[in-house]
This record gives sequence, structure tokens and C-alpha cells, in this order.
Amino acid sequence: MLAYLLVNAPIDFPPDSVGFVNPVKLRFEESLPLASGAILDEFDLMVETYGELNAARTNAVLVCHALSGHHHVAGYYRDQMRSEGWWENLIGPGRPLDTRKFFVIGLNNLGGCHGSTGPKSINRSSGLPWGAEFPVVTVPDWVNAQFLLANRFGIESFAAVLGGSLGGMQALQWAIDYPERVRNVIAIAAAPKLSAENIGFNEVARQAIITDPEFHGGNYYARNTIPRRGLRLSRMLGHLTYLSDDLMGEKFGRELTDDAGDEYQFGFDVEFEVESYLRHQGDKFAGYFDANTYLLMTKALDYFDPARPFGGDLEEAFRKAKAKFFVAAFTSDWRFSPKRSKEIVRALVANRIDVSFAEIESSEGHDSFLMPIPEYHALLRQVFAEIRV
Amino acid sequence: MNLAAHNARADFDVVSAWVPQGARVLDLGCGDGALLARLIRERNCRGYGVEIDSRAVLCAMQNGINVIQSNIEGGLAFFRNRSFDVVVLSQTLQATRHTEALIKDVLAIGKSAIVTIPNFAHWQVRWQLGVGGRMPVSKRMPYQWYDTPNVHFSSILDFDNFCGEKAITIERKIVLAGGREVKFLPNLRGETAVFQIRA
Repeated sequence: MLAYLLVNAPIDFPPDSVGFVNPVKLRFEESLPLASGAILDEFDLMVETYGELNAARTNAVLVCHALSGHHHVAGYYRDQMRSEGWWENLIGPGRPLDTRKFFVIGLNNLGGCHGSTGPKSINRSSGLPWGAEFPVVTVPDWVNAQFLLANRFGIESFAAVLGGSLGGMQALQWAIDYPERVRNVIAIAAAPKLSAENIGFNEVARQAIITDPEFHGGNYYARNTIPRRGLRLSRMLGHLTYLSDDLMGEKFGRELTDDAGDEYQFGFDVEFEVESYLRHQGDKFAGYFDANTYLLMTKALDYFDPARPFGGDLEEAFRKAKAKFFVAAFTSDWRFSPKRSKEIVRALVANRIDVSFAEIESSEGHDSFLMPIPEYHALLRQVFAEIRV
Repeated sequence: MNLAAHNARADFDVVSAWVPQGARVLDLGCGDGALLARLIRERNCRGYGVEIDSRAVLCAMQNGINVIQSNIEGGLAFFRNRSFDVVVLSQTLQATRHTEALIKDVLAIGKSAIVTIPNFAHWQVRWQLGVGGRMPVSKRMPYQWYDTPNVHFSSILDFDNFCGEKAITIERKIVLAGGREVKFLPNLRGETAVFQIRA
């Protein structure tokens, strides 16, 4: 067996990885009313799990993904190169989110493009891909779908719901919408709602996609094309907002690419390293991500405002929350800066809710939440160590 | 920050005795959270610690307290007025810049405050500065002038006068040296003083 693995394993993974994993597609035959008024009669959720659900079903942790994430949070796919999960550094036996203690669930949210029902899926009523017809989904809609997922596993309450950025917003929504069903909320690099600037960036990204001639009003699948240029631009823009000026200075500075040589070319081809990097990121993303999903995800971000049903009062929104919270932000994150996390903390403190908050020193901008920063991981390790299952 | 390592127990004992059972406590500059953890354990308190140092924040979480990483100056916006029974400032005040404004805010947030200060008029300090002509460095004040986080030292007498001038009520006060109460010549012999004050 070992010999077989050694010969056939496409990659080596460290002993504290969950190792090879397999996603499963779960079908839900129940109708899900959405915030927009639309109703999904049935839907699929793509899910991965790590570790074992204990007999009392008290050790489950839900990991919510951000804008471009999915269900493949940890581990590797057997026959695929570079298939590491997006939060691999956090999850595994002996890692901060320890799979010897916890049963970890990752899912692809509704509207996604990694196997859960979304714009790319076939709409049964028409037999065609949903495309532009797919309803706009919100963070509370996702949480409702995740609630049905919890029921499917027989999970009465999550030991924790965890996420960064848009994922952290889902964790916050859990505490508000299902206070009895989550015992710990871990919201990292999140915000209680988007600022005008945040929405502005999202709108530019959407316009890049929508105005691409290949977009065809969202129904580009039928024409066998994709709005590649728009998607590429929106990712380049998005990517900029995930980094920090300091980090980009360190990483690229004003370096010219090898092809460009030492002299300015006085043209518009790739010259600076940073241009090359952004184009590469854009191309890579446009190769696998669905443009309609990108539109939906950015809209879910824009609409996120849990205080809105409570007259804009965030304190009131958390009134019924029962979970214990851990909130963290990063010094160089200007997309959702520490100031935004502090708004969350203030509302929790006003409700006398148990909360700890850390402002972590880092130069890696919004993306810091995915990095194995020692101080950050030590804090998360402590948060999870303290959770009783 | 723990200037008074060798007699920390003693002023913790005082704070613990003075904090009412079940009080809501805010510990500003909570360090590793040992004091608040003790108040939770022994006095059935609830509340939060505020601490700026990252390593201390981790320790505080390991001690099982709610800790909010923030500078306490400008960081009190987290807390509403009259939302705590007691605000604790244990060996914190001397490291603050806008000390007067801070005390005003603290007395608005808490019904009372328990303040522990190192005494800058202790005879050893006077000796080092007055006779030796050097800024005092001791176990209680281990920093050199150029690396100290402490910017506002006072004597016990200074703090008494400050409270008098600002119409702050001193509800009780105890002066400690070597872990024991000092009644004779407290401003000369006292290492640490604990005040309970209110607006």
C-alpha cells in the first residue's frame, strides 16, 4: 500500500495534511426562498469534509469561502497536480484547526462555479444553463442553504463557523440568523458592511465583465464563448485590492521584466514586473472562474448589511447572538481594514457578548488571512483549542 | 506590562478584594490577563481586557479571558459610558500619554476605577536620582530612560493631589511595599499604591 502511494502519488503531502480528499455533490430537493423573492425549487451543494463527525455531532466546523473560493478547503486531489486546498495551511491533524478533534466542512456556495448550483448549471425548467437567469443570492441566502446542509449531517449546532473576508461575513450572519446553531464565530478580515469605496471597486469589476462583447447578457455559454477580457480585468483590479503597497513594493518595485530588458520600450506591452504578474493572475483566473458567478459574488458582498433589517443598528442585529466571537484583522489590509472589524467588536461588546479581537501585524494586505503568519495561526490554534466539543 | 513583578500578587490581592462579586470589569492594559482571569475565577466577574502587545494578547487568550487588542488611548470607543462596574488600570497609567483625558473617560465608562501606580517618590528612587544623579532603574522600574514605555510617573502624593484638583473621589487607598501595607511614611516607603476612585 505504502509502495503504491509512493509510486503513484502525484504529490507528497506533509504528515499534518488531511491528505487526499474527495468532494461530494449533495442534492437538496427542498425549496429555498431567496432574499430577492425568487425561489430555488432544488439545488446541489458541492461539499468536502475532513476528520470524523463525533457521535454527539458536536464537533463540526463550517468553513465559509470568500469571493473566489469553493469547497476544496484542505487536502489534495489524487490525480491532480498542485491541487492543494485554499486553506490547507490551517487545517489538518496537528494544525490550528485540528482534524483529530474537529469535523470540518467546506462547501461551494449557491451561485458558485465549482459544482454547486449556479449560473453554469442546467436550469431544469428550460434544459439550458441558468446564465443570466440565475437569481441574485445574498449572504443570508447562503447561510440558509448552509443551515439545510447542517440538517443533512444531523448537526444540531456548529462548534464553530469560520471564514475570512466574505466568508467571515457568513460567519457573522450565522450568529444573527441561527443563534442556537453556532457556538463560536470566527470572522477574519471582515466588515459589517461594504463602504462606498468597496462597492465602487466591485462595480468597476462588474462593468468590466458586463461590457465585454463576449458577455452576451450573461448567456455566453450557448455561444460557446466567455467574457475573458472582462473577467481578466476584474481579477486584475480585485487582486490589487487584496495586496498592499508595501508588499507590492517589496515583491515587484519598479523592476522590469527580463524580456523588457533594462531600457524603457516606450510602448504598451508588458514592461514592469507588476504588469506581468497582474496579467498572469488575470489570465489564470479567466481560465477557470465563471463570469456570472463573479457578478453574483460581488453583489452578495455589496448587499451584505446585517444591520439593515434592524434599522441600521448593528448592536440590535447582534442582540440575540449567543456565540462566542473571535474577530481578527490585519494592519496592512485596506480593503477591510482593522477599523471595520472594530465596528463589529464594538457592537458585540455593547451586547456584552464574549469576544476577543486581534489586530495582526502583516504586510500582505487583505490576502493575509490565507497566510500562515505565526502570530495569527497561534491565535487561531488557541481559539480552537479552547472550544469544547 | 509588569513593573511590579515581585509584589504583583499583593496588589492583585487588593484589587480582587475590592472588586464586588459578579462585577462587570474592564481591565485596561490587562497584560497576560492573569488579574482578570483571577477576578473571573474568584469573584465571578465578567468583562474584557484591553492590551496592545501581541504576545500578551495571546497569553491573555490562553488565560481564557476576552481580550481586545487595542491602544487604550483612543481605543475606549469600544465601550459605552456606565457599562462597567469597575475599570481596572493595573500599572498602566504611567505608560499613557494623555493621562488626564484617559482618567476622565475611564470614570465615565466605569462606575468606579481601581488604579495601581508605582510610587516615583519611593526612597530608592529618590536616592538614585537625588544622590546618584541618574534616572532610577530597579526591579519595579526596569527600563532605561531611552527605552521606557513610561511617560507619566507620579508619586502617591501627586496622585492624591491630582484627584483633589479634578474633584475625583478617592473611595479607598492602600500603599504597599514588599507585599505589605505601609502606613508610616507611605510616600517615602511605598512601592505601589492602589486607589479606588470615582467621578
